[in-house]
Amino acid sequence: MQDLGIRVLFLGNNFARLLQGLWITIRISLIAVALSIVFGVLLGILMTVKNPVIKAMTKIYLEFIRIMPQLVLLFLVFFGLTKSYGINLSGETSAIIVFTLWGTAEMGDLVRGALISIPKHQYESGAAIGLTKWQVYRYVIIPQILTRLVPLAINLTTRMIKTTSLVALIGVVEVLKVAQQIIEANRYTVPDSALWIYGTIFFLYFFACWPISLVAKRLEKKWKTT
Amino acid sequence: MLTIRDVRKSFQENEVLKGVSIEVEKGDVVVILGPSGSGKTTLLRSINFLERADSGTLDWEDIHLDLKHASRKDVALIRKKTAFVFQNYNLFKNKTALENVMEGLTVARKVPKKEAEKIAKEALDKVGLSERYDYYPSQLSGGQQQRVGIARAVAVNPDIILFDEPTSALDPELVGEVLNVIKTLAKEGTTMIVVTHEIKFAQEVANKVVFMDGGFVVEEGSANEIFNHPKEERTQQFLRRILPDYDYAI
Repeated sequence: MQDLGIRVLFLGNNFARLLQGLWITIRISLIAVALSIVFGVLLGILMTVKNPVIKAMTKIYLEFIRIMPQLVLLFLVFFGLTKSYGINLSGETSAIIVFTLWGTAEMGDLVRGALISIPKHQYESGAAIGLTKWQVYRYVIIPQILTRLVPLAINLTTRMIKTTSLVALIGVVEVLKVAQQIIEANRYTVPDSALWIYGTIFFLYFFACWPISLVAKRLEKKWKTT
Repeated sequence: MLTIRDVRKSFQENEVLKGVSIEVEKGDVVVILGPSGSGKTTLLRSINFLERADSGTLDWEDIHLDLKHASRKDVALIRKKTAFVFQNYNLFKNKTALENVMEGLTVARKVPKKEAEKIAKEALDKVGLSERYDYYPSQLSGGQQQRVGIARAVAVNPDIILFDEPTSALDPELVGEVLNVIKTLAKEGTTMIVVTHEIKFAQEVANKVVFMDGGFVVEEGSANEIFNHPKEERTQQFLRRILPDYDYAI
């Protein structure tokens, strides 16, 4: 064991630190994903209305977020807001804001796609039996789009978890940053620690994302009606 | 009971309804006939606001509405008094037959779930689907789906049921089972407006026939008047074409 790089994992509290970093990664992602789903559904519904002003505004928002690299958005919120308006946000808060903005845009577009794939007559038969517009969405449309959304939303969620590695660049010490610190600190004593640490991180990310896919599979099966 | 006056409706440049009026009394079975594109379906859809007419009025007992400007509340009121049976059944795909029928009761009319279930089961029994409560639409034949559609309409106990070509999308051999259900309802005194191409059925159940063409009501009258003594040339032409062995008395 003496010469194996794997021992770096058990030096001091290195492994616990990695897990702590992972927790920060997951915390940022989960909060952002949860907010994105709520706002995304609302945005998606907004994107299907006929009002040209609302349509244009949602379109601009979506394109803006899509074109901007997430890193630029992070810098804009973290440094830009402080410089221009003196608003001092922590790195983690900035990250949650940016990932929510991004997730909402992507989710909104997914919801919009799912909504327009529901035939018009499903809305009409809801209206004809006396449901209000909101009830039609709540009881007829949304249950139907959920099944179509699950695989897409899961894809987005895992992408968001992975992209949170960027927040290291605005000073948030998440799992990847911790890894770099450990590698730096052990550069001379354990020269091949990079392989072991990054290898560990590979599995950590895997175990963070895999359960989500499993849940998605179960949900898809459960909601499969037709 | 229900009077619709001077309904006009255009889609872009195309004027589909050019001032149509109809009157329905309680217990009436009004059959609307006419060639494709004559505006029958649009008229029916204007009555419960699935289509917003450009002008026209609706009078129903003490309700008096302008079809173009009716408020959301008025629309909701009319929709609760009517039920609509669609050409393509339009069942909720994610719900079972029973849930389809219950939806209008529990959600729109706030009927307690237990009671709604009882009413829904009765409605499904009535259309002969007591064995199919828990089937999803995709597991039912076209005729069965349409009967669920009719049960969904009957369950909410509407004052008028609007049928929009209820058998047009069905295989010929499934048409009978659906028409029989509608006939039974007609015999029980249900007020209904039926847009259909089934002339035999119309002759049997209608007590009032409206013949439409090109966005106008060409002729209306009792079934006997329209089928046996049509006055207008256009009506005669239509009946001749649709009933090859048609021989009307003058």
